[in-house]
Amino acid sequence: MAEITACSGNLTGLEIADALSKRFAEGIKINSASPKRIFSQVDKEIFLELCKFLKNDLLFDHASLVSGVDRIDRIQAVFHITSYINNCCLIEIVVDLDHEEPEIDSITPLWEGANYHERETYDMMGIVFKGHPDMRRIFLPEDTRFYPQRKDFKLKEVP
Amino acid sequence: MNDNPNAVAMNSKDFMKWSTEVIDDVLRATQAKKVLDKLMLPFWNWSQRNSMYPLHFGLACCALEMAASSGPRWDAERLGIIYRSSPRQCDVLLLNGWISKKVRPALRRLYEQMPAPKWVIAMGECSISGGPWYDCYNVVQGADTFLPVDIYIPGCPPRPEALIDGFLKLQQKIKAEAKGPFLED
Repeated sequence: MAEITACSGNLTGLEIADALSKRFAEGIKINSASPKRIFSQVDKEIFLELCKFLKNDLLFDHASLVSGVDRIDRIQAVFHITSYINNCCLIEIVVDLDHEEPEIDSITPLWEGANYHERETYDMMGIVFKGHPDMRRIFLPEDTRFYPQRKDFKLKEVP
Repeated sequence: MNDNPNAVAMNSKDFMKWSTEVIDDVLRATQAKKVLDKLMLPFWNWSQRNSMYPLHFGLACCALEMAASSGPRWDAERLGIIYRSSPRQCDVLLLNGWISKKVRPALRRLYEQMPAPKWVIAMGECSISGGPWYDCYNVVQGADTFLPVDIYIPGCPPRPEALIDGFLKLQQKIKAEAKGPFLED
């Protein structure tokens, strides 16, 4: 593994995007790539495999954001993963999920820092992260029965 | 415990209970309790209102005003307002900030842990009525929904002068309540 120094890596975002599209023939759509940013849309099935590839081969070492977006017909999970080694490159991974039962593989086994982010996303959006070591609510009380950041959540109906 | 217990045969817990009851009965029957209450009241009341120890429990941003009020500029300690870190040593529960639904049971527990006599001060809009978080899914709409609040200090946040004024109002309230050392009417 290369020596960890900020912004002194060797791969640019364009090369990483190339490597990704070579490794995964289907399931990944790279919307745009620049030396420091990659925006991609990924299928749920290959998501965990892609994350493992990012971590082990492309030396992405930092999960900086896990979040969710409610698009009314579907729910999207958003991940920002950066690499200090590869030129501080950031890859945004958007995964479409079913609106009724949003489930996705957890990246906590890969990047421990995603732990609380995933719990917060579960708390606010109701996305269940499979393989998470401790999938509980984090901000709201345990007995809460709603997900407040969903579009169909009505404030007035809170008991 | 039977009616005519043998003091030697009792364990310590039973003995404490029995002796306390006996002393209480004697004090009540001889009117000594009332006399003591009357005699001690001025001194007791004076010491109560000049040593209001609030719980050092910062909920939110009003806690900064709480800190400022006990700093050198306003110096609430000259009025006997000393912040203690254990509810067992406190008289006043100072609610400074929004009360989320997750912290509500903890606050209620802290209130129950405080020894009587005890008072509650709601400081700032959030703990009075929810404030900017009115209608929020996770904020209790006013501390008086689950605690008996004595003094309300409005403001967002109130200035340290307002906080000290609230404590002075509480002093007046303690003076008017006029409870003796036995805390009975």
